[in-house]
Amino acid sequence: MRYLPLTEADREQMLGVIGAKNVDELFVDVPKAALLKDLVDLPKAQGEIEVHRHLQRLAEKNTPAGRTAFFLGAGAYRHHVPASVDHLIQRSEFLTAYTPYQPEIAQGTLQALYEFQSQVAQLLDMEVANASMYDGSTACAEAAMMAARVTKRKKIVFSGGVHPHYIDTARTACEALGLEIVALPAAVDDEAAVMKHLGADVAGVIVQSPNVFGTITDITKIGEAAHGAGALLIATFTECVSFGLIEPAGAMGADIVCGEGQSIGNALNFGGPYVGLFAVKEKLIRQMPGRVAGETLDADGKRGFVLTLSTREQHIRREKATSNICTNSGLCQLAWTIHMTLLGERGLRQLATLNHEKAIALADALDKVSGVEVLTRRYFNEIAILLKKPAQGVVDALAEKGVIGGIAVSRLNPKAGMDNVLIACATEMNTDQDIATFAKALKEVLQ
Amino acid sequence: MITDTTSGNRGLLQAEPLIFESGHVTGTGVDLPAPKGTPNKLGGLTRKAALDLPGFSEPETMRHFVRLSQKNYAIDLGLFPLGSCTMKHNPRLNERAARFEGFADLHPLQPTSTIQGALELMDELAHWLCTLTGMPAVALSPKAGAHGEFAGMLAIKAALEARGESHRKRVLVPSSAHGTNPATAVAAGFTVDEVKGDEDGRVDLEDVVAKLGPDVAAIMITNPNTCGLFEPDIKKIADAVHAAGAYFYCDGANYNAIVGKVRPGDLGVDAMHINLHKTFSTPHGGGGPGAGPTVLSAALAPFAPVPHIVLRGGTRELREHTDGTQAFGRMCAFHGQMGMFTRALTYMMSHGSDGLRQVAEDAVLNANYLLARLKPHFSAPFGDRPCMHEVLLDDSSIKPAGVETIDMAKALLDEGYHPFTTYFPLVVHGAMLIEPTETEPKRELDRFADVMIALAERVKAGEVEFFKQAPKLTPMRRLDDTRAARQPKLRWRRGQNDTGAKVAAE
Repeated sequence: MRYLPLTEADREQMLGVIGAKNVDELFVDVPKAALLKDLVDLPKAQGEIEVHRHLQRLAEKNTPAGRTAFFLGAGAYRHHVPASVDHLIQRSEFLTAYTPYQPEIAQGTLQALYEFQSQVAQLLDMEVANASMYDGSTACAEAAMMAARVTKRKKIVFSGGVHPHYIDTARTACEALGLEIVALPAAVDDEAAVMKHLGADVAGVIVQSPNVFGTITDITKIGEAAHGAGALLIATFTECVSFGLIEPAGAMGADIVCGEGQSIGNALNFGGPYVGLFAVKEKLIRQMPGRVAGETLDADGKRGFVLTLSTREQHIRREKATSNICTNSGLCQLAWTIHMTLLGERGLRQLATLNHEKAIALADALDKVSGVEVLTRRYFNEIAILLKKPAQGVVDALAEKGVIGGIAVSRLNPKAGMDNVLIACATEMNTDQDIATFAKALKEVLQ
Repeated sequence: MITDTTSGNRGLLQAEPLIFESGHVTGTGVDLPAPKGTPNKLGGLTRKAALDLPGFSEPETMRHFVRLSQKNYAIDLGLFPLGSCTMKHNPRLNERAARFEGFADLHPLQPTSTIQGALELMDELAHWLCTLTGMPAVALSPKAGAHGEFAGMLAIKAALEARGESHRKRVLVPSSAHGTNPATAVAAGFTVDEVKGDEDGRVDLEDVVAKLGPDVAAIMITNPNTCGLFEPDIKKIADAVHAAGAYFYCDGANYNAIVGKVRPGDLGVDAMHINLHKTFSTPHGGGGPGAGPTVLSAALAPFAPVPHIVLRGGTRELREHTDGTQAFGRMCAFHGQMGMFTRALTYMMSHGSDGLRQVAEDAVLNANYLLARLKPHFSAPFGDRPCMHEVLLDDSSIKPAGVETIDMAKALLDEGYHPFTTYFPLVVHGAMLIEPTETEPKRELDRFADVMIALAERVKAGEVEFFKQAPKLTPMRRLDDTRAARQPKLRWRRGQNDTGAKVAAE
């Protein structure tokens, strides 16, 4: 077996040093009845050629986004990732390193975490960011639980614009803690409806912008109302490229901003691994979940970085920890930081502008199709359109024509009562030809 | 200072300022098409403030991150004996497979007709995990080990509710458990009741039995445990827990010690997460991503979170909502860590059932070999019996001379090794937990043992100052954790580099 370096002679010699006759003597504490005598009923070892072939065959049964006219967003986005990003994260010293428990020999990881935290805070216009969560949906669940800890209240209100899977994820986590989730009916453009539900029992209101239908919202007034009622304003997002162009939630009074970072540096990967972004106002840092890198000095007075504020964490506080998060998304975070470093302010603004222009072109093209109405008025790169037929059937029919033309709201949320609404997205990866193909195919399907 | 240079560089190792200190907001390393200047549809919500994000050209970016990478230790550089973290070789075939366009460039919400291969891969992974563990079902979506624990405990909670026994709120957790266990139990809405360990580093069966009662929901046991030992009473504990109407959660972090040798299902386990990154070698990447699929017993299987893959007439479909199922909910937005599924399946197929069994045997053999070599020179609190995949030492033989666990760890850095896990498990004072894994050759184990023994000799010779000064040769000397926590500085801010630190370029 090519990954196992011990030879039979090594094994014999080592058993001799240990003073054991055979390896099973080392498993002496395992109850005899539980020790398997035969091999488990699975295939035997295979060489690199065979395994490669098998995985390749499975991969080829799929239709990758890049082989179609592709317009899917709703929480995961297809963007260009420069070749240097993947090259750098595959460097052994990043790829095969562990959590930086020994900071003296992990400054590469730690400085990159510090740069990530700084970039995220700048992007979201927030004071402090942590060092990466699993993904946007679990980051949003952590934000909800954090609001309950900070305010000592039990109700979380979600706007009708939040991604339904984010609400479901938060519901799983929050209800286990005895918190109450109020999810408002799906609405293309009504984040402000959460204000009607503010009361002395509300820990936080969660709004999304751009929301799952693509609508961008000024959440300033929601923040003022929430703060007036003693609740926190939590803003979430799924498309972080948008903040290259639109006003970030931090500038509009959010206490916690959390969302998905996949768009920068990370491929679609069929839903994971991704990287959650999570930022808070400075006064909240000791209630913030997850890891954080901080600046300090070494014994020679040189600046260096360590994991810090660990008194909040499970390995010290155990049942009193702010969360049970252990492993995070280190490598995805690194990819994010490298890509953001390549973009810089100039590149990010340009990328965001391109995305927006493509979405405008998409909206204009689809608007001309008979039986289509564009519902989203203010948007970044994603729009909701109303069709004259159920959207799921349209999506399936489009797929047969080689167009992956968005996501039916009914798939995300069967109870939304929006069976004829489709969410479509355009990014810098879409060509004018793709857009024309989509419009033509949609026209045919709707006829 | 050890290094006194004008540049702050150190031989081939170059000092590297933050991107914010050397980049400029007009710099960029991507060439994108020029925008057309279309009037925007942002509804007046254009970003007002500057981003103030520096950009680097591609060569500058390469240099910055390559230089940073050179300040990291990694398994590809040498032995990384972090106990309970399982740092083993990461095969590059896994990386290649995960990057196949047909996996990496797939959207989680594509029509299922276009993702049949991805769903088949998930089914294959599930089959391997279920067969190896002897469990009937697996929830693939948990994104990390601790997330998998959470899924298992929520399945237990849902099963209790379905039985009308939601009053069972107490969860028994041994004092030696991973810190995530009690944190997870609380996150799932339970209270934690600590179970004692006995003198041999095992869970005290009598204490378990004494603590069981009609209000107990579950026990969470790590097996093999964090002292590196297999719990010999595991079956008796499982039987007692089941007889009391509670469930048995097994923390599968150390499953690599028994994979292919013992099926957790045969031990009476009801739920166990599997850290794919540990047992099945997906890379740790400086702290993840991980993946924590959770295998479930027949009693818990119906409660597994969505999504579920369902086979209909030869086609795989996804059930994405809890309606009409007993699923307890959803763990994350999509299907979990597909990139890790690909890597893990590649690894499993490469080893096969025979190779995986050898993995467990070699991991245990390597650990016991190190134990045999180090035992005469260090204190091994439970060293009179075979260990599993990791060796537990403590500092009782070196502390009287004035050298502690942390000093031993820092001295190892100068020797070119990543240290063992320090001060864990908490039940052993001054713990040093060493996990060599199965991918270490014998000569590497011998070199490491020689270095450890040489260090023990230096302690005996009274060279305390040598240890207190360590590390001397690393990119950074000992870093001040207290300062970082007392005066948290968690990000760069323009015009606020006021720590008094000597910046590298000075």
